[in-house]
Amino acid sequence: MFAERRNGSLRIAVASGKGGTGKTAVATNLAATLSSEGYRVVYADCDVEEPNGHIFLKPTIRSVERVGTPVPDVDLSRCNGCGKCGDICEFSAIVCMNGKVITFPELCHGCDGCILVCPENAIRETQREIGCIERGRRDGIEFIHGVLRVGEAMSAPLIRAVKQKLSDEDVAVIDAPPGTSCPVIETVRDTDFVLLVTEPTPFGLSDLRLAVEMVRALNLKLGVIINRCDIGNSGVRDYCAEQDIPLLLEIPDDREIARAYSRGQMAVEVAPSLKVAFAGLWERIVTRISSRNDE
Amino acid sequence: MKQLVVISGKGGTGKTSIVACFAALSQNRVLADCDVDAADLHLVMDARVRHRELFRSGKKASIVSEKCVDCGECERLCRLGAVIRNGDAKGKDSDSLHIDPIVCEGCGVCYHFCPADAIAFGETVSGEWFVSETRCGPMVHARLGIAQGNSGKLVSVVRSQARGLALKHGLDLIIIDGPPGIGCPVIASVTGTDLVLVVTEPTLSGVHDLERVRQLASHFRTRTVACINKCDLNPKMTAHIEEHCEETGMEVVGRIRYDKSVTLAQIAKTSVVEYSDSPISLEIRQMWEHIGAP
Amino acid sequence: MKIAITAQDNELHSAVDPRFGRARWFIVIDIDTGDFVPVSNAKNLDTGQGAGIQAGRHAAELGVKAVVTGNVGPKAFRILKAAGIDVHIGAKGTVEEATCQFKAGVLGLAKQANVEGHWA
Ligand code: SF4
Ligand code: SF4
Repeated sequence: MFAERRNGSLRIAVASGKGGTGKTAVATNLAATLSSEGYRVVYADCDVEEPNGHIFLKPTIRSVERVGTPVPDVDLSRCNGCGKCGDICEFSAIVCMNGKVITFPELCHGCDGCILVCPENAIRETQREIGCIERGRRDGIEFIHGVLRVGEAMSAPLIRAVKQKLSDEDVAVIDAPPGTSCPVIETVRDTDFVLLVTEPTPFGLSDLRLAVEMVRALNLKLGVIINRCDIGNSGVRDYCAEQDIPLLLEIPDDREIARAYSRGQMAVEVAPSLKVAFAGLWERIVTRISSRNDE
Repeated sequence: MKQLVVISGKGGTGKTSIVACFAALSQNRVLADCDVDAADLHLVMDARVRHRELFRSGKKASIVSEKCVDCGECERLCRLGAVIRNGDAKGKDSDSLHIDPIVCEGCGVCYHFCPADAIAFGETVSGEWFVSETRCGPMVHARLGIAQGNSGKLVSVVRSQARGLALKHGLDLIIIDGPPGIGCPVIASVTGTDLVLVVTEPTLSGVHDLERVRQLASHFRTRTVACINKCDLNPKMTAHIEEHCEETGMEVVGRIRYDKSVTLAQIAKTSVVEYSDSPISLEIRQMWEHIGAP
Repeated sequence: MKIAITAQDNELHSAVDPRFGRARWFIVIDIDTGDFVPVSNAKNLDTGQGAGIQAGRHAAELGVKAVVTGNVGPKAFRILKAAGIDVHIGAKGTVEEATCQFKAGVLGLAKQANVEGHWA
């Protein structure tokens, strides 16, 4: 299940303690900047519950692939009603009632426990669809995103599937879901660097603390970007200084940028100065990655 | 007892600021912060924690190294790749097996099939929940541990505690600050409520998320209404959202302008309606009256 | 015949809990004799997923022939059906009143789930 180490390619996850901080804007603008600088870039949207990167990158989608997760399929003609499958399942996804086996595929974690334990070999694995992966291209950027089916509670397998599609581009910019729970962990683990996007407000700070704790628990390198840096107070900056967290970029609250965003346009398209800023951001990230033991 | 949940699809649309205003404008209510991944409501409610309890959920496996005979069966069986040789982990060079608690989903397969009985398998503490006192009545909130799953279950705990408090104190309204997204914590927040308010923004992603959230809420056949925050940011998009709402039968109950006092109120640790009488406060009050404060 | 009524507390005058999986109590009543026993379903309250499934198994273990509640979700319904337990929905008021409603045959016999699942 682990992604093999890539030959020299870098994976950068863009995350935030909560949504709406401009995470997707940062990820797409970074991808666009790198691409225009001649890197081979893949943008991967792992925010599968609300994938929004496509709105800005507007890729031409050229392939759609359904993603499933393994679930049990019981051959009732072989089942002896012993109930061992129901006993082993920790998720109530398979239950044996009065000798009759019932499955609830939407609860299944695909652990194979029931298959392994069944004395009659009555259970085999089938697939249940949880979403799809769409791939495409926009200018020089490879585009991949996962789209979770509405009402589906299981996002981790889809995120894993998106990450498995990453190949040998120079840089993968991975848009993570907001928060600090499983889907985020699934997204950021085994990346080379995590960019945390926040706002200089009390809510922003409180969410940033959680995100930093998460990244540190995973032993990954990180840096912070403050979006709408001119609103709010100095809490986030003080925290970064105190925690020795590199502040890599500050983006001002610009009506022009906000309007471009609301139209689904990328900031680097309307404000060329930002392109320079993102190029500088990239240099600082690379320096951080190549320096050892600074986190 | 009525339950109102405020959700937003994507985060950062001003959902918590609106919940804080509703808290200030209502009476006889219990607050429930179900955004357990990134709880913020307590920051503006000057919450004083009166009771805290550990949240146990989800089992996790670990290897008892004294018993382990290093057969590698667990490593072979685990479909998540949670069993690793220590040598794989940073900074360790020993070759023994261990289980990465962050990856383990607690299926127990290794525990059942370990020939040496060397796997410990039990419930773990994966967070904490609190009952606090605020200037707007009692509030239940929680904090999910880092790298823990099961936020849906913690949401259920927060909601059942809030319900318990409401019954106990004869309070007739529960105001729920919901989590972002459309996944299990959202489902757990929306289920069994009487009214869903979706806060959106006039951006393309706002429209996109609004539609996904609407589909989710329609599963539950709960009355769902929308509020467009920062509506003056893009009047054309606001009009577009209104059309979309009209077509899908979702009433737009509030249009709220962009106003710096939202951030200023946050810094002052209070709600916008308590902080100032600016036009935005009026808009929020009107929305509250419109959705029919019970 | 024994039936189980979902309740918010453990007495005959307790209010019916409209939820099945997450009801705090099952009041098991022998409708022929009127004897009743409250059975706690509390361990299911905080279950993440599958509360209805576990509650359904619980009801089956209690040996009841029917369940009387407000609503039933799809997972619980499948389990109860497999166990041969009838599900009567739409019960209101107290447990005592629900017993009368059941005896009078005014409750709906569920042919399928009447609410969405997911922690209902
Ligand atoms: S594969 Fe695992 S989770 Fe799925 S039904 Fe079987 S035992 Fe349960
Ligand atoms: S373990 Fe196999 S034989 Fe036993 S009840 Fe399950 S499916 Fe049937």
